Amino acid sequence: MSLRALALLYLTLLLLAPLAIVFGRTFEHGIGTAWAFVTTPAAVSAFSLSVLIAVIAVPLNTIFGVGCAMVLARSRAPRAGKGILDALIDLPFVVSPVIAGLALILVYGQGGWFGSAFLNNGIRIIYAVPGMVIATVFVSLPFVVREVTPVLREVGDEQEQAAATLGASSWQTFWRVTLPTIRWGVAYGVVLTTARALGEIGAILVVSSNVAGSTLTLPLLLYQRDDQVGGQVTTSVYALATELAVISVAVLLLMTLFGSRREKSG
Amino acid sequence: MLYLSVIVLIPLAAVVVKAFSSGLGSLWSSIDNTLTLHALVITVGASLIVAAVGAVMGTLVAWVLVRDSFPGKRVVNSLIDLPFALPTVVAGLTLIALYGPNSPVGIHLAYTRGAVLVALLFVTLPFVARSVQPVLIELDREVEEAAASLGASNMTTFRRIVLPALRPAIISGAALAFARSVGEFGSLALIAGKVQIASIVIYADIESGSEQAAAALSVVLMAIALAVLFALRRFGARVDR
Repeated sequence: MSLRALALLYLTLLLLAPLAIVFGRTFEHGIGTAWAFVTTPAAVSAFSLSVLIAVIAVPLNTIFGVGCAMVLARSRAPRAGKGILDALIDLPFVVSPVIAGLALILVYGQGGWFGSAFLNNGIRIIYAVPGMVIATVFVSLPFVVREVTPVLREVGDEQEQAAATLGASSWQTFWRVTLPTIRWGVAYGVVLTTARALGEIGAILVVSSNVAGSTLTLPLLLYQRDDQVGGQVTTSVYALATELAVISVAVLLLMTLFGSRREKSG
Repeated sequence: MLYLSVIVLIPLAAVVVKAFSSGLGSLWSSIDNTLTLHALVITVGASLIVAAVGAVMGTLVAWVLVRDSFPGKRVVNSLIDLPFALPTVVAGLTLIALYGPNSPVGIHLAYTRGAVLVALLFVTLPFVARSVQPVLIELDREVEEAAASLGASNMTTFRRIVLPALRPAIISGAALAFARSVGEFGSLALIAGKVQIASIVIYADIESGSEQAAAALSVVLMAIALAVLFALRRFGARVDR
């Protein structure tokens, strides 16, 4: 067997075959049935919550990510300091999402370090939407930084210096020179962040109260449904999975598009 | 920096403080029971296997994508990123659909250690492939051709010429895959069944209110993952020089 056949077979067995089956199971009772399952009130509210969380978390991490990448690639801070920052940013990739959830409970939950202060002022973070947003920000934090930093290092700062000598303020330089150069890197990072934000379960599961209609995101709803039927996966679960898979294929297309743009410009 | 502290650093510090809150002895005693140790051994063992298999298959996939050409190659190339795009629960579910109770191919892996391995291979697939690919593209083919013209077999050329150049990329990809596997939860939550995986044990501990035990196991897991990442950085720095 040739290497090509071996590689393709591996990918088919691992990636494609399982997905194909989920699609098949979803539509075995017709498209109408599948559609009915993804438009139930619980599914619709889970979808809007997923989107809401992503809409808050992604811009936050984008701004932070670009700022942090600027510090890592451009600032004249001591090397050691930047090295530590660099290592700290990777923490969310290394720490299990469940641990992230636990960590947030210990700080912002009832009896946590800051939790009581927030609760006394009537702000509920853990087992409510704010906690889920923080959890999402936590797990998707490194993507933009990781995508933008290498681009910034690669292009160097000559153009920025040129802009500065021509009298541009640092803000103007950033908007007119730096940002257009790194835009595809940023876009790629944003897509990765969005994918993670929409698909996250571990961290959110821990800090959500798991009430359908208020604090369930799409992946959580899927997890809970599957939990209830105990191994016998039903069409409703498959329909939700297909909905998520369709979203991720759209994300995948964007990734491919931005990824190739980024390579061309970088 | 404030943002990083509020979201990441302070909460993680809280976990460490919680784990050590009643002294080193109680940290040890909450880990030193059969269930927890068992979970740790299985998790680390599975992650090692996944890193090893992933390194071999990831390199193979990258090789085929760079050096081979066939119709549909670009589609396959974007497919590699699928595990990053697909929510991990869906990944777990798809594997249940294929290898679960109603398996159309008659393979019943779900809820066994085998299923855990397959799920981890799925979610970590892109790491090695994506880190090897760019290095392979940059690699000068002339050296390989020189080796071949001097009478080296394909295997010898690969082992003596290509592999040394790829080694740093393979190792860093495999280390990331390992770190990810140690902490993976989403894809395993549905498929692991009674197999005790560390992250699932932590989740169960949190749900049952034993935060101290959860924090203790968390600290051990973080230590393992950080050790791997640190070793990786040292290794990378050595190669750079």
